[in-house]
Amino acid sequence: MNRRDVVITGIGIASSLGEGVEAHAAALAAGGPPVVDTESFKPYPLHPLAALELDKQIPKKSDQRQMEPWQRLGVYAAGLALDSAGLKDDAEAKNALQVIVAAGGGERDHAVDAAILEGLRGANEPGTFLNERLMSDLRPTLFLAQLSNLLAGNIAIVHGVTGPSRTFMGEEQAGVDAIRTAHARIASGQSDLMLVGGAYNAERRDMLLLFELGGYLHRDDFKPVFARENAPGLITGSAGAFLVLESAERAAARGAKAYAKLSHMGATRSRRAAGTVQSALTQLLGSFGPVATEALAISAATGCAGITGEEAAAIAAAAPSAKRIATGDLVGHGVEAAFPVSVALAAIALSAGQAKEAIVTGAGHWRGEGAAHLVQA
Amino acid sequence: MTTHRDTKGRPLVAVTGLGVVTSLGQGKETNWQALTAGKSGIHRIDRFPTEGLKTSIGGTVDFLFDGPFTAPQLSEKLATLAAEEAVGQSGIGSAGDFPGELFMAVPPVEMEWPQKQEMAQAVSGEVDYDGLLRAAATGKYRAMHELFVFGGVADHIADRFGTKGSPISLSTACSSGATAIQMGVEAIRRGDTQAALCIGTDGSIHAEALIRFSLLSALSTQNDLPESAAKPFSKNRDGFVMGEGAGALVLEDYDHALARGATILGIVAGCGERGDGFHRTRSSPDGKPAILAMQDALADAGLTPDDVDYINAHGTSTPENDKMEAMSCAAVFGERMASLPISSNKSMIGHTLTAAGAVEAVISFMTIANGTIPPTINYVNPDPAIALDVVPNTARKAKVRTVISNSFGFGGQNTCLVLMAPPEAA
Repeated sequence: MNRRDVVITGIGIASSLGEGVEAHAAALAAGGPPVVDTESFKPYPLHPLAALELDKQIPKKSDQRQMEPWQRLGVYAAGLALDSAGLKDDAEAKNALQVIVAAGGGERDHAVDAAILEGLRGANEPGTFLNERLMSDLRPTLFLAQLSNLLAGNIAIVHGVTGPSRTFMGEEQAGVDAIRTAHARIASGQSDLMLVGGAYNAERRDMLLLFELGGYLHRDDFKPVFARENAPGLITGSAGAFLVLESAERAAARGAKAYAKLSHMGATRSRRAAGTVQSALTQLLGSFGPVATEALAISAATGCAGITGEEAAAIAAAAPSAKRIATGDLVGHGVEAAFPVSVALAAIALSAGQAKEAIVTGAGHWRGEGAAHLVQA
Repeated sequence: MTTHRDTKGRPLVAVTGLGVVTSLGQGKETNWQALTAGKSGIHRIDRFPTEGLKTSIGGTVDFLFDGPFTAPQLSEKLATLAAEEAVGQSGIGSAGDFPGELFMAVPPVEMEWPQKQEMAQAVSGEVDYDGLLRAAATGKYRAMHELFVFGGVADHIADRFGTKGSPISLSTACSSGATAIQMGVEAIRRGDTQAALCIGTDGSIHAEALIRFSLLSALSTQNDLPESAAKPFSKNRDGFVMGEGAGALVLEDYDHALARGATILGIVAGCGERGDGFHRTRSSPDGKPAILAMQDALADAGLTPDDVDYINAHGTSTPENDKMEAMSCAAVFGERMASLPISSNKSMIGHTLTAAGAVEAVISFMTIANGTIPPTINYVNPDPAIALDVVPNTARKAKVRTVISNSFGFGGQNTCLVLMAPPEAA
């Protein structure tokens, strides 16, 4: 099939640094400082979401109430992306707009869980006790606020996007594959217009628990992603990013502004062993062709042991003189949203004239490797 | 070499391997025997205590583990068995070296109560999440991380079967299994891959999962006669019955399959999907998204409604779905709906949720191959408002070349597949 050019015509981003293209362009230019909360989830530092005026993107309080924070953040960022693409009021476009969301889910009611676990300790009939408590204490709507695909469902309801949606799961790689698939669909002519992205709420102990089980969390003070050798691990951050990807023809036909061209997008899964992340990323970047010396390198690296150094080495080999920026140093690690946020940052930098070309890399804390190449539109 | 293309000039997508596990048993043969005998796999749940629950029945798969297990472990086991059957039948690649990509519909996972309880035992003082975090920090529960990451099941399947590229774990709620197939079709049409392993799996019936659906009043509460609780299109239908299972399909570029001498079992001719912004759990009352999804699937296949021989219904047995689906089918097929057979596999195996679209696609291809339509069982009290030929209670011999398989889910997910017999002249 003929490969068509894919451009980014809409960017919606919200994080600890605030919302929108300008706020993040300024942070990219200044290189920080990040907003870090070291107290609320001690000993785990994280980057809390800046206060958002939810009403601006989710006008109905009833809609806001039906969502958990990660869904609200995603719906909010998706709305920003539609605004920036000039599609918010284009019913025809929204009817055709296909959506891919990278999502986690399962936000727990921490108080209910704690009370049930406490009660289970002394329960004579633990199974029956659990049933009774869950039947009475779970909010019926909580399930929907937790379901992975309901971020996409809420985008449909709140923004009137009635095109079909797909939800990818699987931590960081879900974000990589979401953009890869959206890019491939447009490049191959299967689609003209896609909304793709993800959202992550870091301010929840249930997710910290999942990462801490595997020993993946950094503790105490903030340290830059590539300077955590002595205490490797994630510092998570609340962040959401959605991109409107569009065929260059369609964008030109409607006179849309392109933030950047997404020229290449690749994903792989190395069978993790020492060195596999470096070789996987090197191979992906190599398949994109040469990288200009003054390029920007945005890294979605996690800060986790071994793989972060391997990613740095792959970037250094592919683009030795590129200016390297770790997304984690600006907004923290956004898991499913980490790669979409990183691609958004790259597109923002290109549209702000901070560079002419950018590569984006990422290696999931546990599995999956991805890379993208963007050029000025 | 001749290349075969569909009416739109794209590669034809062949099916060369099928595998299935449900509460009726493991494998195509066992399932086909039971399905055509009108047998139900629904029974009283004994996996966990059901005291105090409104629903105590389900189509759980209870024959795979001796001891306790988690939802991701059962989902992975189900997927493995279905995929082994499908890959084995296709004869593609070699053991541990599947020459194509993996698309998997997997249930969203999260840490389960037994694991939380295990950690809680190590917590002194109040058992809150800070306590659990302290327990986790000991490193004693490291294996739970891999168990409960969302990408875990697909990662293990990718390892076992040696699929290529980055495996996709996806959810479109109750249409997930169909979406996995659709993504495989699209990847083959793009030329990204010549083969795809598409799996839908769901082994997530545990207390909290059941209670969540129960709190939404989505489940049948007719516990007394479990095998007759799932009664799609009946007047007294009162909700769906949760089921477990997995379906796996090996999809392949038709010419790739021909070149290696594979037996072509059928064609995935078209896919249609539509969103619905009406409500989080309810479908648009006018059925428009479902109608458009079916029409899109037919258009994608280059067919018209008259070409369809049989509808494999979503048919959940909820009051709302069955009404909406019947109305949507009437809109698409017009007067033909009075005589066009439509049956629901869920009357026998329950709603296998994430797996349903894949399980029912496998059954649809068996329907085509065997010239027999599995019935909608428990159809003793027809709903006069939705007059349909549901193939009531007894399987029916019929020449079936083209099936449309419907899947509709929470969150406005509507996915329809057009599945066809192999082309007569290759």
